Amino acid sequence: MIDFTTFFSMGGYGAYVWPAYGLTALAFAGMLGWTLLTLKSRRREEQALSAAGRNKRSRRGVKS
Amino acid sequence: MSAMLRLFAHDLKLQLRLGSDLIAPVAFFVLATLLVPLGVGPEPNLLTRLAPGMIWVTALLATLLALDRLFQRDFEDGTLDLLALAPLPLEAIVLAKVAAHWVTTGLPLLIAAPVLGLMLRLDHGSYVTLEVSLLLGTPVLSMVGAFGAAVTLGARRGGALLALLVLPLYVPILIFATSAIGAAGEGLSPRPHLLLLASFFVAGLVLVPFAAAAALRNALE
Amino acid sequence: MTTARIPLLHRYANPAAFGRLAAKVLPWTTALAILLLGLGSYFALFASPPDYQQGESVRIMYVHVPAAIMSEVVYGMMAAAAVAGIIWKHALADLFVKAAAPLGAAFTFVCLVAGSLWGKPMWGAWWVWDARLTSELILFFLYLGYLALVDAFDDPQRGLRAGAILVLVGVVDLPIIKFSVDWWNTLHQPASLMTLSGPKVDPSMLLPLMLMIGGFMAFFVSVVVLRLESELLARRIRAWRTATSEE
Repeated sequence: MIDFTTFFSMGGYGAYVWPAYGLTALAFAGMLGWTLLTLKSRRREEQALSAAGRNKRSRRGVKS
Repeated sequence: MSAMLRLFAHDLKLQLRLGSDLIAPVAFFVLATLLVPLGVGPEPNLLTRLAPGMIWVTALLATLLALDRLFQRDFEDGTLDLLALAPLPLEAIVLAKVAAHWVTTGLPLLIAAPVLGLMLRLDHGSYVTLEVSLLLGTPVLSMVGAFGAAVTLGARRGGALLALLVLPLYVPILIFATSAIGAAGEGLSPRPHLLLLASFFVAGLVLVPFAAAAALRNALE
Repeated sequence: MTTARIPLLHRYANPAAFGRLAAKVLPWTTALAILLLGLGSYFALFASPPDYQQGESVRIMYVHVPAAIMSEVVYGMMAAAAVAGIIWKHALADLFVKAAAPLGAAFTFVCLVAGSLWGKPMWGAWWVWDARLTSELILFFLYLGYLALVDAFDDPQRGLRAGAILVLVGVVDLPIIKFSVDWWNTLHQPASLMTLSGPKVDPSMLLPLMLMIGGFMAFFVSVVVLRLESELLARRIRAWRTATSEE
């Protein structure tokens, strides 16, 4: 079993090591999360637009 | 060549007619530099140490002042479109603009700098180097600045954006110019620093017109 | 009808085609990123020895150095893509520059903050005007400048082109900046100061370092592929909008 207190203290450097890793994790999560969010909303918008485009065309097709 | 000279003279005349354009950068240069002793205190040794850096940092900022108008007026009234169609290549137009910008901002700084040096107790041995560094460095600032003005042409929030783009690119000039003055102040030879500045001048002269002209073409497309 | 109006010069500039390519690449790069980052973190935090001089604080190196490497590699890739975009007018190359830039900026930011967190116990100060850190700081501003420029135009295409030109100028200036900062640093500081990530790296430290560098790289590829798809979609949405507003 690992001794967690000594592990987290990092030989007295815990206050520097953990924030560095935490920030890195946060930055990675931020990059990925932001990218996925915009990607999803754009996919939805594109689908809505293409559906609207198809409706318009089919309606016009009925008229003529 | 004569077309380029005419364009340069035309630009210069326009700038000189707006007298405030000529005065504002120097006034800013002098005022901003003189604010520093008011901030850090008038202790002579401290000022001597700070003088080269202060003069050069404010010189960098002063060159920014007139930059956003470098192509703006010609861009808005369509002159730039006409110039782009003229037989004179855009690269030469850029150089003419750079020269006009330098004469209206760089040259006045060159004249004002020794006075500031006196007030900031610059080392006696540093004046010549200060002038040479400004003579070699400020044209490069005008060139890099002209590139910044070209690449932000037609952009929203031009001024602040221009400063953000151009200041990081100014770093090498600042470093070699101030280290040249520092070396002269310590009685060392400023030659290597000044030679590097001179090489930046030549490299800028060769490369900047192409980059700026490419940016102008993008804005005019 | 609408698709015919959008000039599809290049195969993968089509979002659907790019989506298919992305679907083939992504599972591999994602798996690789998870594997390498997981293994790398394990070795970095548990299974590597503390440094004889710097103690446990050396573990910050395993995020600081990969982030520093990525910050420069990404800028280099952006410059290469900018060249491709300007010469061959490939739409994907232009979009790559824009898609990669925020990631490069994030890596640079991580490098700076991790460096600062490493510097505090090593140098006793949160910021030291060390040559590498200073160059990295200027690189960060180059990224910020690009990001501000690319979005400052009403016509996105114009922003992309202006940004590409800026990146090219930046990549020419960057070595000069680094050289000048090194020069400045040796002029103003005694050489006795310990530099971050000193020259001698013990082999036991090399493994976690390599794993982390690979992990950062795989992560970057995965995210940049997603961002490219997102940019292509945005372009398609814009094209659609202008097409319908013209009708």
